[in-house]
Amino acid sequence: MSHTHPEGPELTDSERAFRAEAREWLAAHNPGRLPSMDTDEGAALHRAWEATLAEGRWSVVAWPEQYGGREASLTEWVIFEEEYYLAGAPTRIAQNGISLLAPIIFEHGTPEQQERWLRPMTDGSLVWAQAWSEPEAGSDLAGIRSRAVRDDERGGWVLSGQKTWSSRAPYADRGFGLFRTDPEAARHRGLTYMTFPLDVPGITVRPVHQLDGDAGFAEIFFDDVFVPDADVLGGVGDGWRVAMSTAGNERGLSLRAPGRFMAAADRLLDLWAERGADAPHLRDRVVDAWIGAEAYRLYTWGTVDKLSGGGDMGADGSVNKLFWSELDLELHETALDLLGPEAELRGPGAPSGGSWVDDHLFSLAGPIYAGTNEIQRNIVAERILGLPRGENRRAGA
Amino acid sequence: MRFSLNDEQRSFASAIDGLLAGADVPAVNRAWGAGDTAPGLALWGRLAELGVPALTVPEAAGGIGASPLDVVVAFELLGRHGVPGPWIESVAVAPLLLADTPHADLLEGLAEGTVRATLAVDGVAPYALDADAATHVFHVSPDGIAVAEAGDAIGSVDPSRRLFPVTPGERTPLAEGVLDRALDLAALATAAAQVGAADRMLRTAVEYVGQRRQFGRVIGEYQAVKHRLADVKVALDFARPLVHGAALELEEKSSTAPRAVSAAKVFASETAHGAGRAALQVHGAIGYTLECDLSIWLLRSRALHGAWGTVAAHRARVLDHLTTAR
Repeated sequence: MSHTHPEGPELTDSERAFRAEAREWLAAHNPGRLPSMDTDEGAALHRAWEATLAEGRWSVVAWPEQYGGREASLTEWVIFEEEYYLAGAPTRIAQNGISLLAPIIFEHGTPEQQERWLRPMTDGSLVWAQAWSEPEAGSDLAGIRSRAVRDDERGGWVLSGQKTWSSRAPYADRGFGLFRTDPEAARHRGLTYMTFPLDVPGITVRPVHQLDGDAGFAEIFFDDVFVPDADVLGGVGDGWRVAMSTAGNERGLSLRAPGRFMAAADRLLDLWAERGADAPHLRDRVVDAWIGAEAYRLYTWGTVDKLSGGGDMGADGSVNKLFWSELDLELHETALDLLGPEAELRGPGAPSGGSWVDDHLFSLAGPIYAGTNEIQRNIVAERILGLPRGENRRAGA
Repeated sequence: MRFSLNDEQRSFASAIDGLLAGADVPAVNRAWGAGDTAPGLALWGRLAELGVPALTVPEAAGGIGASPLDVVVAFELLGRHGVPGPWIESVAVAPLLLADTPHADLLEGLAEGTVRATLAVDGVAPYALDADAATHVFHVSPDGIAVAEAGDAIGSVDPSRRLFPVTPGERTPLAEGVLDRALDLAALATAAAQVGAADRMLRTAVEYVGQRRQFGRVIGEYQAVKHRLADVKVALDFARPLVHGAALELEEKSSTAPRAVSAAKVFASETAHGAGRAALQVHGAIGYTLECDLSIWLLRSRALHGAWGTVAAHRARVLDHLTTAR
């Protein structure tokens, strides 16, 4: 529980015990902020942290026990995330795998794939990069051109083409994404969900430095890379449906745990206490950031109720994403304004080691990744408000 | 927590919604604004049959003794339909204040809907709303509550509201904390009414842009219009949990309840403000006329923006709680 946000719904005794256990374990093991995961040193430290988490069985609390989880309820997952962010524990290098790929593996993977991939992604030994976007296919993901050609002799597919803006790729072990297996089929059809190792001949990973200066992105070039059938997820030509099947997944990016924003709002209040006297005109923005985090916390409990009852987020995932990404941005911009001329300082010698500016740079990506906010607004307008599609042919995503 | 309404609350809501949907409330509202309060008072009586004015009156006095969440459910609907009259004053404020005073004999009438109270409160509500349509007028200060005489009406930005300066008579002290609780409930009811107004303006806008054609297509096809309304939907979906959460905290008498109420009032008021701006913009010039029903919620939400605690005052209270709690 953070300083300023109340406990939330009436928790059961076992949920309260779960919170206490998580808090205690984190207090004993949390290394705090680590060097960026998109550097040599930081990647190694983040992998080691994932191993520590897995050892304590805190890496994937909501997963089945056989894959290293605790079979925690959604409520317990939210509680764990709250404690995690409150403790200021490191960012998760395993997130691509855990949040984006694992739901697909659980739903569409073969038993052999589940055995081979799930557990290693929870302990830092198998880090995944996403390979969705291409130079000509960003928001318009169905415009993918990278190809997979059938190789019956070897029993698999040969990949060629290029992916771009692939998060984590410079330091990851494997990638996942969509490839065109039927060049005749239009757009969404004829795509297949593939996974591939990043260290084989024919693959070139060119690191791309993000705004924070680290190699968080990469371009991946495929020059006749062989992928065996065993590494294809779901059916051939079924890639779009497979990729979208978990888009509203309860533990994907569409439901971001409120702990992240509650902790940031509390840090903002600390900063206000420290520097607000010099910037009284920022008062309203500080208050509104806290109110926004509180709104997100309460909204999430409502979502938890709905999901626990077997519902899924559907287009509400877009409402949710719009809110947290804008909130995150505004909160961090407010913090920078409070820091005044020192806001530009980074690294050692900067206020809070430059964490505000680092987090601000990260928040700038929020309205872009996981479906740009313009696409999300189309989804809200068309699928929730029922406005006609018309001008833009599709609602994206 | 349950953040979902229970069956009883859901059927209460649908009863109110059903009644108001069939009552031509825009006409009632306009009549009220023109000085003809008869249709509005008749509607008061029909809502009394559903128990709306009895919500906060204790059971012992013939009321329902309902929870703050029930109050929220009712006021979101009164707001959504634009019902005129001193509802917040009579339901959210008066019953709490009158309970342990010599005026407690009014509670039964309040519950039945035959008594309609309005009041001014020092520092928060300088004028008594619709004193001409109320049966009893009061003035409240930290020193207590007094029967008051209404002066001449002053107009409001909302044509369906008339505001009256009042002259208080003899004061009766109030029990410790009662005024604070009443003001919290008033702010919460106002927040709920603002959520209702925002909801209605969004629906109205969506309906309008789905019909209005310009340049050969319905204007709801244009992305600029879509995005504007999507943002309203996002705000609305996050305003409701704040209002509900504050109601639950009030019910539990949690130490952070006042902060939760203020947060809800700020966010709901800003949401209504944004909804009004967006709805007006996508309506264009027709939205700038009193003939267009949109004016009912646009002007009401503007009036409620500063009612029962300004947005600025509630922001200050949130921050005050946050900085002293740390």
